[in-house]
This record gives sequence, C-alpha cells and structure tokens, in this order.
Amino acid sequence: MGSEADTGIESPDGAANPIDTDYEIGQDNIQKEIGPFGLDVHNPVFLISGLSIVAFVFLTLAFQESVGPMFNDLRNWLTSTFDWFFLSVANVFVVLCLFLIVSPLGRVRLGGADATPDYSYSGWFAMLFAAGMGIGLMFYGVSEPISHYSSSFGGMTFGDDGLRTDWAPLGAAGGSEGAAFDLGMAATIFHWGLHPWAIYATVALALALFSFNKGLPLTMRSVFYPIFGERVWGWTGHVIDILAVFATLFGLATSLGFGAEQANAGLNFLFGIPVSDVSKVLLIIGITGIALISVLAGLDAGVKRLSEINMVLAALLLLFVVLVGPTMDIIKGFFTSLVAYVEYLPALSNPVGRVDDNFRQGWTSFYWAWWISWSPFVGMFIARVSRGRTVREFITCVLIIPSLVCVLWMTTFGGTAVHMVQEGVSAIAEAGLPIKLFTMLEQMPLQSITSFLGIVLVIVFFVTSSDSGSLVIDTITAGGKVDAPVPQRVFWCTFEGLVAIALLLGGGLGSLQAMAVSTGFPFAIVLLLACYSIIQGLRSEPKAVGANSEATDDNN
Amino acid sequence: MYQKILVPIDLAHAEKLEKAIQTAVDLASHYKAEICFLSVGSNTPSQVAHTPKEFEQKLSAFAKEQSEKSGVVAKACAHITHDPSVDLSKALVAKADDLEADLIVMATHVPGIADHIFTSHGGYVASHSDLSVMLVR
Repeated sequence: MGSEADTGIESPDGAANPIDTDYEIGQDNIQKEIGPFGLDVHNPVFLISGLSIVAFVFLTLAFQESVGPMFNDLRNWLTSTFDWFFLSVANVFVVLCLFLIVSPLGRVRLGGADATPDYSYSGWFAMLFAAGMGIGLMFYGVSEPISHYSSSFGGMTFGDDGLRTDWAPLGAAGGSEGAAFDLGMAATIFHWGLHPWAIYATVALALALFSFNKGLPLTMRSVFYPIFGERVWGWTGHVIDILAVFATLFGLATSLGFGAEQANAGLNFLFGIPVSDVSKVLLIIGITGIALISVLAGLDAGVKRLSEINMVLAALLLLFVVLVGPTMDIIKGFFTSLVAYVEYLPALSNPVGRVDDNFRQGWTSFYWAWWISWSPFVGMFIARVSRGRTVREFITCVLIIPSLVCVLWMTTFGGTAVHMVQEGVSAIAEAGLPIKLFTMLEQMPLQSITSFLGIVLVIVFFVTSSDSGSLVIDTITAGGKVDAPVPQRVFWCTFEGLVAIALLLGGGLGSLQAMAVSTGFPFAIVLLLACYSIIQGLRSEPKAVGANSEATDDNN
Repeated sequence: MYQKILVPIDLAHAEKLEKAIQTAVDLASHYKAEICFLSVGSNTPSQVAHTPKEFEQKLSAFAKEQSEKSGVVAKACAHITHDPSVDLSKALVAKADDLEADLIVMATHVPGIADHIFTSHGGYVASHSDLSVMLVR
C-alpha cells in the first residue's frame, strides 16, 4: 500500500489511503454482442459459476436418491463436528465489531474523510433490514420462541446412552413457566441478535472499506488483497468469487423454492387456494416477475422503494400486535427478554464444554452456518449502500439497532404467541411452521386484514431478496462493475427463478439448501482472514471526525 | 441558434464516440455554441475511475483536451448516480434540463431487435427529452 503521492490514484473524497495495484477493473472481462444483447462479464467467474450451477442442478435432479442424503449428511457432519468452530468464529465477529465501535479506528469514514452518505437513515436502514433477515423474521418470529419455550419447559431428558435427547438450550428450565419463557426468548434473540448481524457487518465493512477507500472493485476477492496481494486477481480470487456466487444463488433459489411452499400454505390457510405444484410454480413466477420489474427500475426506484414500503408495513403489523395484544406484557417482555439475553449470552455463546448437544449443533451451529453462507450476498448489498458512513456509525446501525429491533420483534410476536400457548391456545403450537404467524393473528381482531398484510410482507421480502441478490451476483460475475448491461441482471434473476422451479418440481430443494449452508464452513475460514484484512485496512486509513472535517493523519 | 450543446459520453468507450464528438464540435463552431461533456458515473470503483473525484478529474481532462484540439469552448459535467446502468437515460434527460442545454448530440447504435425490450439510451433520450436531440449512428 502506498501513499497518495506515489499511487497516481486520486484519493476518495478527502483523505484516504488507496491501494496501489496495476489491476484495472474490467480488464479480465469479455465484452461481446451475443445476438442482440451486449454482454460485459468477468471471464472465468461468470462462465464457471453459471455452468457449474446448471451442472449441479442437473446432477441433483438425476441422482436425487444418492445426492440428497449426501448433502444432508455433509451439512450435518459440518455443523456437528465443527460446532465449536462456528460458535467461536461468530464470537470473534461480535468482539471485533464491538471493539471497532469503541476504538479510534471507528472514526474512519467509508469513502474517504469528506464523503457524504449516499442514503438517508430511513432508506439505508430499510434496505439493510430487508436484505438481512426480513423474510426469516416473518417465518421464525412466532415459531422459534415457541419451540425454545416448549423444549425448555419440558426439561432435560436423557437417552439410554446418557446423552441429552431434548432440544432445550443449556440446562433447560423444566416445569417453570417464567424461567422457560426467559430462556426461550434469550435463545431466540441469541440466534437473531448480535451474532448474525456481526457476521453481516464484518463482511459488509470489509467490502465497503476495500472498495470505497482502497479503490478496488466491489467484489469478494478485493477484501483479501492485504493477504494475497496481486494473486487475488488470479485463480485465488476467482475461487473466492465463484464460491460467493454459488452460495448466493443456491441460497436464494432454495429459499425461493421453500418460500413458495410456505406462501402457498399461507394462501391456502387464508383463501383456500389449493396446495399444489401449479400454485407454487405460479408463485415463483409471480415473485420473479415482480423482482424483474424491480430490477429494471434500478436500485433507487426498485429495491429501495420496496424495502421502504415493507418497513412501513412491518411496523404497522408490529404496532397492531403491540396495541391489540397483551400490551403491558410485551413492553415488560421487551426489557425482561433483553436482560435474559444479556444474562444467558456468555453461556449460550460458549463454544466448548456444554451438554446441550441438540440445541448447540442442531440450532446454533446450523444458524451460524446459514448466516455465514448468506453473508457474501447480504454483506455486499449492505456495503453498496453504506458509502459515506463512519465505521462507528456503520457498526452501530448494522449491529446494535437491528439487534434491538429483533428483540422487539421477537418479544412482540414470539412473546405474544407464547402467552397464548400458556393460556391454552394449542392451535399455534400444533400449526405447521409457515402458518404459525397466521394462526396467531387469527386469535386477534381484524384477522383478515392482518393476515393479508402478513402475506404481502412475505412476498415483498422475497422480491427484495431476489432483486438485491441478482444485483450482487451480477456485480461479482462482472468483476466488480456496477454498470454492466441490465440484461445480465435480468438473466440472473430469471435463472434463479428457473433453478427454484426445477428443484421444486424435480425434488432436491432440501439437499441443495444443505449444500448452500455447507458453504458456510469454507466461508467461515475465509471470513476469519477478512477480519485481519479489516484491521490492516483500517489502520492504514487516516481518521476523520466529522463529515467535512480536516482529516488528521495521526495514525502514521 | 444553439448556445449549449450537451454531449453525453462514456470515458470507457471514448474511441467509439469520435463521430458524435466531431459532429458536436462542427455544430458548436458553426453556431458559436459551447459544448458540455456529460458523463454518468457511480460511487463504486469502475473501469474509468476508482472514486467519484477521480471520475470528475478525468472528465475535466477529457473536456480540456477536446477544447484545445478543436478550439471550441468545452466544459465537463460529471453526474454520480447509485445505479448507473439503470439510471443513465433518466439522468441524461434531467441533467440536460438542469444545465439549460438546447441541443443534445449523442452516439447510439443502429436499432436492433433488443431495442424493443431494452430501449437504447439514445432512443430513450430522444423520446423523453423536450430538447432537440441528434442521434449519431
């Protein structure tokens, strides 16, 4: 890394320390007219990732019997054998992020000392939430607290071999409603709070730093420049990028497939629309179609607007449940759950010497692998919209605030549902995962309106994921170019819908999702290296105090 | 008849734009008009520049070079958007009004089958701008 004088690269807005490399963005790209369409894609990355995705889909469909169990076993083996690794890695990310908030490095501004934020707080926050976990909150907001509450309430059970057979976190809380509630909420918030957002924040921060401040292309490989040097432009980098495309596309396509199943179940519950392959395929086509319109409308008129609409709708639903539901219990629950979370956090995040094998390996380790496999996609999208924020501001808004919102969401929806279960409404506990939310809303007034709102939220969250996912895959496969021809984005968006339909009809959604989650393991290793890159990168940046301050170069 | 001619350019493909630029230069010297080179860039590093600031500087250098070469008054106007591949056409139309240009001269390709689905930038500008637009093929 050189100083401004010898790089020849003008620094970003205000003081910064760009990386000096001979690599020119787009130098490995093929620019070609194929039929009537212009094409601008990264040479090996686009072809290899595209072709191997097609190959994987065909192989999975052809050898379902053998491939399915294989991927599932692989995922199970990884999350059970390396549970200590996943738990430790996630802890590292949380510690790194919290350290950056308080350290002087937090004063570095993404995009250079004088850069101004691209998006207002509301638009920025809406986008990072919609990309990060909007859809998961809709599905797990009611079901997960109930699961942990029930298993904790049930207490510990042991098999003949002396191993725990229950799925309760830690030492469970057999027979005590209050303790089981606290433990259940703490465990849920643990899975949706600081840890997942720290994973996203780490990846996003790394990408934003190396792109906006260091002048490298916006793609996964750039993050590893401090480690691999010029080799990131060769096969080392190709492999990292291909892996990122792989995890993103399979993650998106399989969740789109499962999402269609779940949305179908919801529509069936509400309107009696039959659960069939035809309905599911129509749902996928519908979601992909809306996503295409959004893709063609661009970042500001598409994803951003949809994310903002969804934020308002989600807030309305939340407010409704708070006001109509057990208001005082929810407000009280917010604080008691927060306290319970802080209280149980050290024990829940402890990677070794624990007895709750089922919970630790089946829930936590699986979640961590899942979040990590999603992190290239979500991280890259967050990075793209975060230019102009200081590191401290960035981490506060990507880590602390979303975690608090998750606490609020989980206590509102989960807490209310658990109260209903305690009062003897067994329908919620018995309902299938996709319709748990709707069974809960059924217990409240204005059910038809709120349930409809719920379905709209689910569908729009899928649209924003599909849209932002296409944007991210297109940028990676175009070698970090954000101005590649729009038809390429249309291609990825359509491709993702087709993969989802093929897997839905041919079977294999589960096995390929297991494979996507398995990519969480190699990525966990890769991301540990990224932590080193972040520190290195931030240390070489001059720090800024305000938006238009004179940057002080007190670090060198 | 014309005071300010707007010439949208892409610095990554400047060599393909020679004909349009020459046309604009000829018109400008004939009408004693000034040329404004407009280029739309992104916040993320691109083929042209690593940062928005570098983008502006490269565009200014390009305008200066053209001005020295042809003797007409040429200015640069860089416009940064969040999503250039989609925002480009709309940004061109809006900027042309902001800059109070009275003629747009831009390069475009011969329309093909794809233009029925994805309109070309030139086609969009011609059908959406109130100004006179000259498309150079």
